[in-house]
Amino acid sequence: MVLAIIEVKGLSYTYPESEIPSLIDVDFKAEPGEFVLVTGPSGCGKTTFCRALNGLIPNSYGGDFKGTVVVDGLSTTSTPVYELAQRVGLVFQNPENELFCTTVEREVAFGPENLALPREEIAMRVEEALEIVGISHLKEKSPEELSGGEQQKVAIAALLAMKPKVLVLDEPTANLDPVSAKSVLELMQRLNKNGVTVILVEHRLEMVSHLVDRCVVFEGGRIVADGPPREVLYSDKVCELGVGIPKVVQVSKRLSAVIGEPLRFLTSDELASYVRGRVS
Amino acid sequence: MIRVEGVTYSYGDGINALDGVDLEVMDSELLAIVGENGAGKTTLVKHLNGLLKPQRGRVIVEGIDTMETTVATLARKVGLVFQNPDHMLFAETVEKELSFALTNFGLPPDEIAKRVEWALIEFSLSNYRDRSPFTLSGGEKKRVSLASVLCYDPQIIVLDEPTTGQDSLQKTRLATTLTKLNRQGKTVIVVTHDIEFVADFIPRVVVMSRGRVIADGPTEDMLVRKDVMEASSILPPQLAELSWKMGLNAPSINADMIVKEIRQMLRGELK
Repeated sequence: MVLAIIEVKGLSYTYPESEIPSLIDVDFKAEPGEFVLVTGPSGCGKTTFCRALNGLIPNSYGGDFKGTVVVDGLSTTSTPVYELAQRVGLVFQNPENELFCTTVEREVAFGPENLALPREEIAMRVEEALEIVGISHLKEKSPEELSGGEQQKVAIAALLAMKPKVLVLDEPTANLDPVSAKSVLELMQRLNKNGVTVILVEHRLEMVSHLVDRCVVFEGGRIVADGPPREVLYSDKVCELGVGIPKVVQVSKRLSAVIGEPLRFLTSDELASYVRGRVS
Repeated sequence: MIRVEGVTYSYGDGINALDGVDLEVMDSELLAIVGENGAGKTTLVKHLNGLLKPQRGRVIVEGIDTMETTVATLARKVGLVFQNPDHMLFAETVEKELSFALTNFGLPPDEIAKRVEWALIEFSLSNYRDRSPFTLSGGEKKRVSLASVLCYDPQIIVLDEPTTGQDSLQKTRLATTLTKLNRQGKTVIVVTHDIEFVADFIPRVVVMSRGRVIADGPTEDMLVRKDVMEASSILPPQLAELSWKMGLNAPSINADMIVKEIRQMLRGELK
């Protein structure tokens, strides 16, 4: 059996000054190289879960924390932040809140500089990160003059320069237009193919469900569904939660009922070629 | 009624953010304005409450030329809810945020209390009455900024990207609220990238690209036009895409129609 890269056991958490727990007895495991979609209604605990994966919770937030979170063999509660930062990177919804340097290049170099790496190593990592993300041409620019999608890519490049094994993204496309959103999501898929474990929080399931290996649904601080997207999105329980089930899934489900054959399509391509195949 | 006639506007960078825009909105319509980033959507709606004045052409709101009046006068008629709630919110508590405009408009205290109460319930904000808006989540802040405008009951409501960061239940609730306001006679204009939201809930859509209106009509007709979707570089609704890929004669954004079409296709072949 493959050793898990993320292992969460019996995690319960309540924010300081809150009476209601945000996470309740969460167990979660991810294998290296998995691409996991995390979704669920607002306030279900997904953001809190992300913060727990890189140790922001409880280290920066305080609060009542029970259970264990182990990433790449390191427990988040007993590992210094600079160590964790080289294992797991967290991307937030609003990149404006993260970027602060005068140029993209400096922004991306900031992390490795703080690890006191040799100059050549830093330069190499920055080049590589910018290249993977596809923003080498922006390196002289100020993050402020970039579009939202470009800023989000800078934030991602800055994390990649730390060479993390795990990337956690909390609704990275929420403030982006659909074309930029698609390009950020395709970038996630590329990074994942290069071996990075990706945990992605996203509401717009029609844009991501076909890219991921696994879909985890939170509700009321608990994981209520966990499995391949073709099972989770087709389950009646998840449908009732008010998660935005993609139209292709809705149509496929109704067709299944009519023709008595289980269809499990996620994209318009899949459904269209099935229908055309039957007809021609 | 709103009439936008040949409006051109540039921010002074040599590009026309609006380039000869014509648009007519009747009373109590519900419509969406869609288009890629920089298409001119936000620039257009800022003309409706006089925040921006046309450099060429004119904008008439309920019979008033926006050149000939003040933003303060127009603001009572046209409520604009901005994309980023952080740019709107400023009060110490949610309750104060909601009552601010009402106090400024000089409404009597009992009327203010009534309207604030309505908004707290309508937008599920009752639990946050005494909280600072800045401690709320992104989605909650969005609801506060929307509530703060609806509170003063403008005749025309313009929302810039109201669905960002909202889950599907909240989107449905938002749509219900907007539809209800619309049925009560309000004109509701939604500026959005959320094409699935438009497909599901908004009957008329105006498609903008590079400062121009490139299509305007019933949503079910506009969003299935491949030429329009491609010219505006917005992602089409999933069902429109499915229709094109299946080669349907009558592409649709309606799940019932699509299921019917597919059943007919399959039945035809299985005979």
